[in-house]
Amino acid sequence: MEAVEVRNIVLEIIEDVALDEDLTNLKDEVSLRDQLDLDSMDFLDIVMELKKRHKIEVPQEDYPQLATMQSCVEYLTPKFQ
Amino acid sequence: MTQKYDVIIIGAGMSAMAAGIRLAHYGKKTLILEKHFISGGLNSYYQRGKRKFDVGLHALTNFCGPREKRKPLTKLLKQLRIPYDTFELQEQSHSLISFPERTMKFSNDFNELVEEVAQNFPHEIDGFSKLVSYMEEYNEVALDNETIMAKDVVSKYIKDSLLIEMIFCPLLIYGSAWEDDMDFSQFVIMFKSIYLEGFSRPKGGVRTIIDTLLKRLEESECEVRFRCGVEKIITKDGKAIGVLTTKGEEIHADKILSSAGNPETMKLVNNDLSQDQLPAIGKLSFTETILCTDQRPKELGQDATIIFYNNRDKYSYRRPETLIDNRSSVICLPNNFSNDELDEGWIRLTMMANYPKWKELERNVYLEQKNIVLEESIEIAKKFLPNWDGSFQFKDVFSPTTIERYTGHFQGTVYGSTDKKRDGKTEYENLYLIGTDQGFLGIVGSMLSGVSMANLYGLMD
Ligand SMILES: Cc1cc2nc3c(=O)[nH]c(=O)nc-3n(C[C@H](O)[C@H](O)[C@H](O)COP(=O)(O)OP(=O)(O)OC[C@H]3O[C@@H](n4cnc5c(N)ncnc54)[C@H](O)[C@@H]3O)c2cc1C
Repeated sequence: MEAVEVRNIVLEIIEDVALDEDLTNLKDEVSLRDQLDLDSMDFLDIVMELKKRHKIEVPQEDYPQLATMQSCVEYLTPKFQ
Repeated sequence: MTQKYDVIIIGAGMSAMAAGIRLAHYGKKTLILEKHFISGGLNSYYQRGKRKFDVGLHALTNFCGPREKRKPLTKLLKQLRIPYDTFELQEQSHSLISFPERTMKFSNDFNELVEEVAQNFPHEIDGFSKLVSYMEEYNEVALDNETIMAKDVVSKYIKDSLLIEMIFCPLLIYGSAWEDDMDFSQFVIMFKSIYLEGFSRPKGGVRTIIDTLLKRLEESECEVRFRCGVEKIITKDGKAIGVLTTKGEEIHADKILSSAGNPETMKLVNNDLSQDQLPAIGKLSFTETILCTDQRPKELGQDATIIFYNNRDKYSYRRPETLIDNRSSVICLPNNFSNDELDEGWIRLTMMANYPKWKELERNVYLEQKNIVLEESIEIAKKFLPNWDGSFQFKDVFSPTTIERYTGHFQGTVYGSTDKKRDGKTEYENLYLIGTDQGFLGIVGSMLSGVSMANLYGLMD
């Protein structure tokens, strides 16, 4: 799977988890927490959505990899192969 | 073959529905068992002729705007995947705390209360502000906070007992299981949810919330059975393994979440326990009077949304010695939320009541006493509706025994036991408490409880 597709998958999940947020101007290299009202519970939801929709497991020690959109895509793309 | 679920939830009130949505959404095979024929529990709804009423709803606490960050209400809605706009929240105009010597006003703008305190209690405004700063830093939702009584903490900051009583009055009657005081964490939760955040009403009342939750339960594929109560919680070697329903079915589950209340749940585990072997049964119960008038409260001379009335020097928040306590009350005027959508004027009035006294009444005396509650309610409401002659088109009164009958809460208790279980754990493995007796109550609070207990014990381990 291409990086752009992975980005779309992550974006779809964030759209659902942070459902009242406007994501049109989301900056890929800036921390998600700084741009959106996301707390640790919401990150847990992102992880659980990845598992539910795409059977992808993110172990707890890898949560920091989900900090920005860019790092999400880098970390997750190999997992989608 | 015995039916088997990942999680069984006892009750279909606010906490149970919220927990069910979370668990089922993430693939847990979840079953909600409710003994009543509809959901909502203490905050359900009913119909009389063409009129639709909410059992409980005066106001939704924790008001916040659509994009306010890190607020309990936005967190809750996110966790349940409910867009903010769904409830179309209508804000209060303002509310009053009415004592014999003073009246203070508050609204969804906290500065209004700060100014009222400064004006009425100039010598206390510094202490009040320090208390607010202290509370803003306090983590009231930590599950391991020890129980300390709120009046001990607050009196370090505020000396004037009248101000203390006035601040406590709305917070006690909207959410304390304790008499005349409350746990400090609960005080902070209530202070923030009522004074710092404020009141609103979902368009369409509590039905809008319940219908939304039911829709989310369906979308998440959570199974809900009505008229199917839990008769017994089955345990084996100190572990809960399943339930026996009132229909005689045995259903097994890995986890059981109960919103029935702490003593009520313990009684389901062991029906032989006597009252003094059970967790304490909360003493606070109420009568609620609902009146419909052909004039709206504004025309009758009142534009406040909620009035916390007390005519003693010291506010008494305790089970009265008599059937009701008519010296204090909460008067809710739902027409006075923004955008009045109601067809007629509504007056709702809550008074503290004594369950054992109501319970022992014979049927005809019971009906007479309900009439006296009606008359007392009208007398109190008239104090705040100067242009009202006391006439009405419709009335309904319910008592502590009504609450007990419809919700199963022992002694009609509304805010549950004083033995709260903040971490939700019981002495039985795999059996957890959610809702009121976990410690978070009110509509928003109990839903937050359901969400956090479902996350902690259903999804994270
Ligand atoms: C008159 C009144 C006015 C109120 N006004 C407001 C207000 O304006 N704003 C606000 O925020 N809060 C208000 N509240 C408080 C609020 O309604 C409650 O705090 C909240 O609804 C509690 O939810 P819960 O899930 O903890 O419990 P409950 O609502 O008590 O739910 C428990 C459910 O479990 C079911 N049950 C019990 N035993 C069994 C069993 N053995 N088997 C199966 N099912 C069982 C019951 O039928 C019930 O449906 C009011 C309450 C009352 C009574």
